[in-house]
Amino acid sequence: MQAESWQTAEVPGPTKALVITKPEVVVAMVKRTKRPILIVGHEAVDIDAGDEKLIDYTIRLAKTAHIPVVATAHIVGEFIKRGFPPAAWMPAVDITNRLQDPEWKGLDGKGQYDVALFTGLPYYMQWILFSTLKHFALNLKTISLDRFYQPHATWSFPNMSLKDWSENLKIMLSKLGGK
Amino acid sequence: MAKKALFVKAKELKTDVAVIKDLEVSIGRIFDETWTEPVGPTPFPSITDLREWDFKLLQRYKPMYMPFCDLCCLCTFGKCDLTKDKRGACGLNMAGQQSRIVLIACCIGAATHLGHARHMVDHLIEKFGRRYPLDVGGVNVQLEAPITRLVCGVRPRTLGDLEDVVDYLEDQVTHLLSATHTGQEGSNLDFESKVFHAGMVDHVALEVADIAQIAAYNFPKADPEAPLVELGYGTIETHKPVIMVVGHNVISSVGIIDYLKENDLYADVEVTGLCCTAHDTTRYSSRAKIVGPISWQLRFIRSGIPDVIVLDEQCIRADTLVEAQKIKAPVIVTSDKNCQGLQNRTKDPADEIVADLVNGKVPGVLILDSEKAGEVASRTALEIAPKRKKFKVIPTVKEIIEAAKKCKLCNDCIRACPEGLLIPEAMREAAAGNLQLLVDLYETCIGCARCESACPNDFPIHSFIVAAAEKILKGEKFKIQAGRGAIQDVEIRNVGSPIVLGEIPGVVAFVGCANYPHGGIEVAEMCKEFADRRFIVVLSGCSAMSAAMYKDEEGKTLYEKYPGDFDAGGIVNVGSCVANAHIAGAAIKIANIFAKRNLRANYEEIADYIHNRVGAVGVAWGAMSQKAAAIAAGCWRLGIPVIVGPHGSKYRRMLLGRKDHEEDWYVYDARTGDRVYVGPVPEHLFYTAETKEEAMVIIAKLCMRANDTSKGRAIKLTHYIDLHKRLYGTMPDDIHLFVRTVTDIPITMKDEILDILKKKGWKEGRIPDPTLLPRLIRKMKE
Ligand code: SF4
Ligand code: SF4
Ligand code: SF4
Repeated sequence: MQAESWQTAEVPGPTKALVITKPEVVVAMVKRTKRPILIVGHEAVDIDAGDEKLIDYTIRLAKTAHIPVVATAHIVGEFIKRGFPPAAWMPAVDITNRLQDPEWKGLDGKGQYDVALFTGLPYYMQWILFSTLKHFALNLKTISLDRFYQPHATWSFPNMSLKDWSENLKIMLSKLGGK
Repeated sequence: MAKKALFVKAKELKTDVAVIKDLEVSIGRIFDETWTEPVGPTPFPSITDLREWDFKLLQRYKPMYMPFCDLCCLCTFGKCDLTKDKRGACGLNMAGQQSRIVLIACCIGAATHLGHARHMVDHLIEKFGRRYPLDVGGVNVQLEAPITRLVCGVRPRTLGDLEDVVDYLEDQVTHLLSATHTGQEGSNLDFESKVFHAGMVDHVALEVADIAQIAAYNFPKADPEAPLVELGYGTIETHKPVIMVVGHNVISSVGIIDYLKENDLYADVEVTGLCCTAHDTTRYSSRAKIVGPISWQLRFIRSGIPDVIVLDEQCIRADTLVEAQKIKAPVIVTSDKNCQGLQNRTKDPADEIVADLVNGKVPGVLILDSEKAGEVASRTALEIAPKRKKFKVIPTVKEIIEAAKKCKLCNDCIRACPEGLLIPEAMREAAAGNLQLLVDLYETCIGCARCESACPNDFPIHSFIVAAAEKILKGEKFKIQAGRGAIQDVEIRNVGSPIVLGEIPGVVAFVGCANYPHGGIEVAEMCKEFADRRFIVVLSGCSAMSAAMYKDEEGKTLYEKYPGDFDAGGIVNVGSCVANAHIAGAAIKIANIFAKRNLRANYEEIADYIHNRVGAVGVAWGAMSQKAAAIAAGCWRLGIPVIVGPHGSKYRRMLLGRKDHEEDWYVYDARTGDRVYVGPVPEHLFYTAETKEEAMVIIAKLCMRANDTSKGRAIKLTHYIDLHKRLYGTMPDDIHLFVRTVTDIPITMKDEILDILKKKGWKEGRIPDPTLLPRLIRKMKE
């Protein structure tokens, strides 16, 4: 399936993200991975994801699938307020920089991650950080959980209506429960 | 204009730090025999002379590339797919290509400032003569050209002296650009070193352009009390003929003001401007007015207020002529770099040109003579204003609602909008008669009109927004302090010690363009925060304007509220983009005036000093241009960190430190030669922040330096922790990296922090006399 970048001009090159046609795809990937990590950007605080904010969804996702969370920008406090201190907080460029470093030992010192899920960053900034990872983090798979197609990720949803997207997120969560 | 050539053999130059071998510098008549300061190791450095220093910085701050494109299309071997670890037909890989693009951008930026500087120097020499003295601050500024002295090793005293400097700079840009050809440089780190060189060249060019215009045009001379001038659409007396000037090179605007003054017409005509030319018109005449930053171009033209539009160079919309024709306003272009396809009428009599413009025979003209351009613009404005009657193209509310009813809600506009503004939603509401959502877009809209180009209905969406927010636009009445120019030597003397010891927690410079993620208000908020915290806040360019566009409860702008002194709690507008030279210059002057380090051609040592001791940070929150890239690059080579807003991620590479790599953060103790761990200070050299809150915390953090005394470090830590707690809602997780000794701990947080340090297994360190340069270790030298 083909998908278009959300911001029209942000077209990628020859290698484009595979389109997540069914949430099961993500579920299977996350279940298969050994060391996933979830990076949540500041927009997650404001974005509606069904009947909750995206940040609340990411907390439930992280708890269900036992994925460590890195909060970027200034939103660590929002996680703490919700009783879920993230595994770490750091600038989006810092976590990206570490993810592209094959020598990085991870937040827990146990080694580099194999899958990074991202959500809630400004579209164009996320776009370019995925580009860094696509080109320079050769052993890392990246998944965009955002509502808009991110061509530089390994996997991304296509551009979707709010309703379809939150439906997908819901299914993902319910299926991950069995991990 | 013959130049007396002088050939200096550096073999003969013995300095107190080094003896240079086999370096020959061909220069015009500039080695000033009366200047007794010894010549340092790198006069007129070539593109490789400072490579070792660059590599030291690049070792700490490794480039992280953010490819904006997977391909390279620079030569006919291509396009080449460079995805992942592929190489192009020429053998170049992605890291090489990205760094090459950064170099190309910085060469464009440096060339642009340099072209500007060349034009300024040539023009002023023609007008005032080569012997015209470079007075930029009278007795208050003995050190008139710190960057030029540092880089070139010469002390320019007159306009003529600047020519030789410009010659050198032009030569460097040519070499740098040549390195980007296919099959030249292949190492990304060498490209990066050349990027730094381009930045350094850029800074000299800025300085040349600004000190020349300050001296010759009698701009405020290092004046902390430069006059308050008017800014904003609402300040313009619209019943008068209005001349709108746009760009960066004030020469043609000076022509206008001079003509109006000489003919006693200045009271009858409004001279208003956008972007840096506007800054400089107010430095030339405090009666001139600033409309606003670059993003106000379209809204101002479409308002129909300008009767004549005069363009010089840089950051001017390429469709100005098209837009001007819509409001029946003639355009006069005045720069050889921006001719807009218009006929060159420089040699025609002014009467004829004016008649052709007033009668609409031609939409615009090219006039490459500032005096004639000034006359033609003034006379045309006076004659055409009664005919035009401020003809505008801003739609009425009724027209907006009617159009909105036809909106297809296709999303093409929002997908084209750089800020992702919710236009379709606003259109849906407008169709129902409610324009409030359109009004809400006004402050964040950067006026690019990409939405309009994308709209299948050809709606003038930007105009819809501006029309809906007409009340806000008309209410834009602000005061800004005219650009003061240089920082006085005595100011440096006063703040040098508290800055270097860390007691003034930092110098924060808000500079650059207006591609803000959420409007200019974020710049104003950041300025206020840091001025209230008694940092020194310095501004220039569009950022300086944006900071003026918000008032407090008493109706005062930041410039009315805070002093313009280069001192703790000051808010200092240095001026246009070329005035950025004074910000870098101030850092350099601290090393020289306060610390008595030799400046002359002593780049590496001074940069090492600044990097380890001067807590300065640049913030280009809306940086978009190649010039901004070049200015940033000049800061990098001086070891000064630069923060950009989220759009700055599109600059394609960051220079990021790794605080988790302990080995990266050792310096030499110049007293003993020991290698000492000093922590990640400053942690990054080029950094893009996602939010204003993140930027504020990182600004405070990046002001820490290895040399901070315990008292100074405690003050800096207090700000960092306080901002982090307030904006992030928790304690920072890296305090242990910034506490060297127990006395560094802010007294009010002692127990809390000691507890954290204990948990982190912190060990007491020490405060060295820091340097990255082994040659500065005093013990070894003895
Ligand atoms: S310059 Fe090199 S990478 Fe670029 S198109 Fe030519 S061969 Fe390909
Ligand atoms: S003009 Fe304003 S609304 Fe239109 S694309 Fe540009 S920023 Fe967005
Ligand atoms: S592009 Fe034009 S038609 Fe489409 S949603 Fe935007 S305003 Fe409406």
